[in-house]
Amino acid sequence: MGRKVLKYLLEKEFKQNLRNPIMLPLIIVLPLIQLVVLPFAATYEIRNVEMVIVDNDHSAFSRDLEQKIASSGYFKTRYHAPTYQEAVSYIENGDAGVILEIRSSQVFLSVDAVDGTQASIVEAYLNGIIQDYAARTLQEKQPTRIQTTAQMRFNPFLDYQTYMVPGILAMLLTLVGGILAALNISGERELGTLEQINVSPVRKSDYLLGKLIPFWIMGLLITLIGLGIAWLLYGLTPRGSLPTLLLFATIYNIGFTGFGLFLSSVSKSQQQAMFVAFFFLLIFFLMGGLFTPVSSMPHWAQYIVYLNPTWYLIDAMRLIILKGSGFAQLLDQFYAILSFAVFFNFLALITFRKTAK
Amino acid sequence: MSDYSVSARNLSKKFGHGHHAVQAVDGVSFDVKKGELFGLIGPDGAGKTTLFRLLTSLMVPDSGTAVVEGFDTVKDYRQIRRIIGYMPGRFSLYQDLSVEENLKFFATLFGSTVAKSYDAIKPIYRYLEPFKKRMAGRLSGGMKQKLALCCALVHAPKVLFLDEPTTGVDPVSRKEFWEMLGTLQDQGISIVASTPYMNEAVRCHRIAFVQDGKISECDTPENIRRKFPHAILAVRSRDAFSLLQDLRKFPEAHSCYSFGNYQHLYLHSEGGADGSAARLQEYLEGKGHQDIRIEPIEASIEDCFMLRMNKEGGDYGDV
Repeated sequence: MGRKVLKYLLEKEFKQNLRNPIMLPLIIVLPLIQLVVLPFAATYEIRNVEMVIVDNDHSAFSRDLEQKIASSGYFKTRYHAPTYQEAVSYIENGDAGVILEIRSSQVFLSVDAVDGTQASIVEAYLNGIIQDYAARTLQEKQPTRIQTTAQMRFNPFLDYQTYMVPGILAMLLTLVGGILAALNISGERELGTLEQINVSPVRKSDYLLGKLIPFWIMGLLITLIGLGIAWLLYGLTPRGSLPTLLLFATIYNIGFTGFGLFLSSVSKSQQQAMFVAFFFLLIFFLMGGLFTPVSSMPHWAQYIVYLNPTWYLIDAMRLIILKGSGFAQLLDQFYAILSFAVFFNFLALITFRKTAK
Repeated sequence: MSDYSVSARNLSKKFGHGHHAVQAVDGVSFDVKKGELFGLIGPDGAGKTTLFRLLTSLMVPDSGTAVVEGFDTVKDYRQIRRIIGYMPGRFSLYQDLSVEENLKFFATLFGSTVAKSYDAIKPIYRYLEPFKKRMAGRLSGGMKQKLALCCALVHAPKVLFLDEPTTGVDPVSRKEFWEMLGTLQDQGISIVASTPYMNEAVRCHRIAFVQDGKISECDTPENIRRKFPHAILAVRSRDAFSLLQDLRKFPEAHSCYSFGNYQHLYLHSEGGADGSAARLQEYLEGKGHQDIRIEPIEASIEDCFMLRMNKEGGDYGDV
């Protein structure tokens, strides 16, 4: 009997999902928008920073340097001030982000560090430009130094979009599992249909499987559509094997669907399930190396990251797509994701109750 | 096995802790005979829905036992779930599945098919058949309720639990619904139904008044009416509001309630309604009432209900 019930449970889920007017657009539009907008918007490249120049030198050297900075494309040099004090007012008004003060033999930088990340990047850019300029103009007088040349592997142009794509795919999988699944059972509870299911002899494992499988298929569909979009937009194709990638996606997705089912079976309402899901997903995303590299987090935070399933997936996705790592190199991530999947689904199975205490 | 379809013994269920604890069901015992239509009558919040959840194995009682068709609701919940049909108070079918699909879904859940139980549901399903392709969410209230009943019946249950099945449904559909329950009984199904409507209560073989989680009286509607302890006068005059006030001050009055255009006055003295009627006429004329009509009447279930509900120091009780 079990198999027949499961088959009809699945049939019912598919019918409902296909009839849900937002479901199909969601599967296609969600990855499209995320992959089109996010890689460009959530970039660390700092461009068009307004600069105030206080030129005390008035020499060919200072004009040359100014031109050099302007031609880099990162800075706009339309503001000039006679003194440092007047230059500061530009920063205070929020018109400019950095002051460059040129004296006869020295260059001073003052950076608006309200946004610390931006400030340090601005500083690094400017330093680079100035060092480079100094090196060229003073070449003859300088003693020879050891030159280091960095070679960027796997992402030679330090292309931020390419770096973002695997992370976004991981995020989409998390959303499908976590949010949609969390809404699902709690929605049935709110509607009252769950009570009808509970009073029937259907086994809870059948019921949960009937929920799990549709979300898994939806997750795979979104991943494939996302990969297609990444190929069309960025010409990005996975270097590693697609089956490995889909295997990771599958296990992760099943894990997060279990997470969502767990949340919805312990929540009293859809709203409650939604809030708790958001709370965890935000932590998973922000501490998963999606936007900020885990290596730059403080030590205590890095230990927490070990407990973050999303981090393992983002890592694995990047390694498969950008680096072409094979399954043998991803065993750590594989076991981690597998453990989370087992853990979350176990939680869902023991917390989902057909009889209230 | 006993002649009883449902037996509850000292069922209790409490929610919350400490000061916020609510004793939803408090030591309830009753029996439902096989093939009986048993009514649970009580105000909102009396504990009817919790009682249903306990009987349908959806909730575990704090103490006491309930047996349905010989199966214990806690130990044998698996067997119970195969033989009962439950219709919760709120319409709870899949709004985005059609009438047909909902039926098929619930039949499959119980390991049955629509074809197998077609005969059983036919008297009700014939109303729905013209709309079988329509989404359940787009049905009228009466149709939804018929569909819910069909879904509860589709696996040919032995016992049917209906939690306020007719709340929010128009009077014509309500009448139809109770007629349908009559035909189900001919098939030998035991039915436990709750309702806030008194005119529906009289259709039950036996009814139980539920109040504050307790059953205060349980008997046939006829016996309950016969046991009504007061003589009743239905009184009417031009000024209904001051009439009610004055009636409550009438020396022989036990209590008085409004029933539509009439006030029902329950008298302390038993039997002597005629003499009281004459004294009341005089009393009301003395208070300046006009167009006075006084009729001695038999107690209805609603009279019994009103008296029950307000017995424990109710706002309008003894004057």
